[in-house]
Amino acid sequence: MSFVYQNIYYIGSIGLILIGLYIVLVKRNLIKVIIGLNFLDTGINLLLISVGYVRHGTAPIFSRPGLSPGQMVDPVPQALVLTAIVIGVAVLALALSLAVRLYEHYGTLDLRKIRGLRW
Amino acid sequence: MRKVIGIIFLGVIIWGLVLSLSQVPFGKDKMEVGRRYLKRGTEETGAANIVTSVVVTYRGFDTLGEVTVLFIAALGLGAVLYTRRRSSERIEPSSLVLRTGCRFLFPLILLFGTYIFVHGHLTPGGGFQGGAIIASGFLLIYLGCPERRTQELRLGATESLGGLAFVVFGLLGLAVGGYFLTNFLPKGTFNSLISAGVIPLIYVAIGFKVGSELAGIMGNLMERTK
Repeated sequence: MSFVYQNIYYIGSIGLILIGLYIVLVKRNLIKVIIGLNFLDTGINLLLISVGYVRHGTAPIFSRPGLSPGQMVDPVPQALVLTAIVIGVAVLALALSLAVRLYEHYGTLDLRKIRGLRW
Repeated sequence: MRKVIGIIFLGVIIWGLVLSLSQVPFGKDKMEVGRRYLKRGTEETGAANIVTSVVVTYRGFDTLGEVTVLFIAALGLGAVLYTRRRSSERIEPSSLVLRTGCRFLFPLILLFGTYIFVHGHLTPGGGFQGGAIIASGFLLIYLGCPERRTQELRLGATESLGGLAFVVFGLLGLAVGGYFLTNFLPKGTFNSLISAGVIPLIYVAIGFKVGSELAGIMGNLMERTK
């Protein structure tokens, strides 16, 4: 049990990544596939943040005197995820706009009925 | 059949992830680069928030690339959804409560977003977060006051000026200090608003750019649903 307790962030993020990949691979509705991509995005962000975590560490901000660098978590993954979240929103909007266009053209969001996407 | 193949594929991915993550124990201090930034960051950049100094100075070039990705995504969305405007469409006005509420809240949300990106080098905040908050204010306007059109030309101009300011600050650093995005302004007193040289200026530019870009994306998507 203590293994689960100690690695709960890794387990959660891998779980989110796997749920997202499963949806992308198996589901046939385009909107569901986009939701799966978003799950994948969230899981990867959580994985990066939890790799950079230091136990009992605070945020890497020297907001009051007396804080030492040894008490802080790693700033590099946080900086990466900071930009990745905003880019994730923009890419999600782009994918939704493509879904809108596909629906207008084919009248369906079922990937089996959209030509050229047989699987 | 698809499900079986999918589950086998996921098993392979689980195996790889667990194998690599077992080398990286959770909660231990491990990154040499991060420790270096934490130790020397405050004296090298003058910013209290080390995440900000990583985003804007140490990895500023990377951030420029990411802002470009954001720009290209917004551009692609505009191109995919482009249609001729039909001006004869009647807009249904929303209820009085909703209209008054969003008129009251919109300037406050803009103020809060501005606060977040101006204090990016001191508090947990910055251009990306502040820009997202400003865009949420625009979303409120799109939902609550549909008769109020945002002028897309001005949004585009703000976005371009933000991106241009980022590149110009980088090139000024190249001209003064010898490499791209040098912190060429004086660092000021630590932990005060006017400090850290060029970092707040670049973050304000990023804030304007991200805010107007996300507002433009939402505007394009809302335009289609009418």
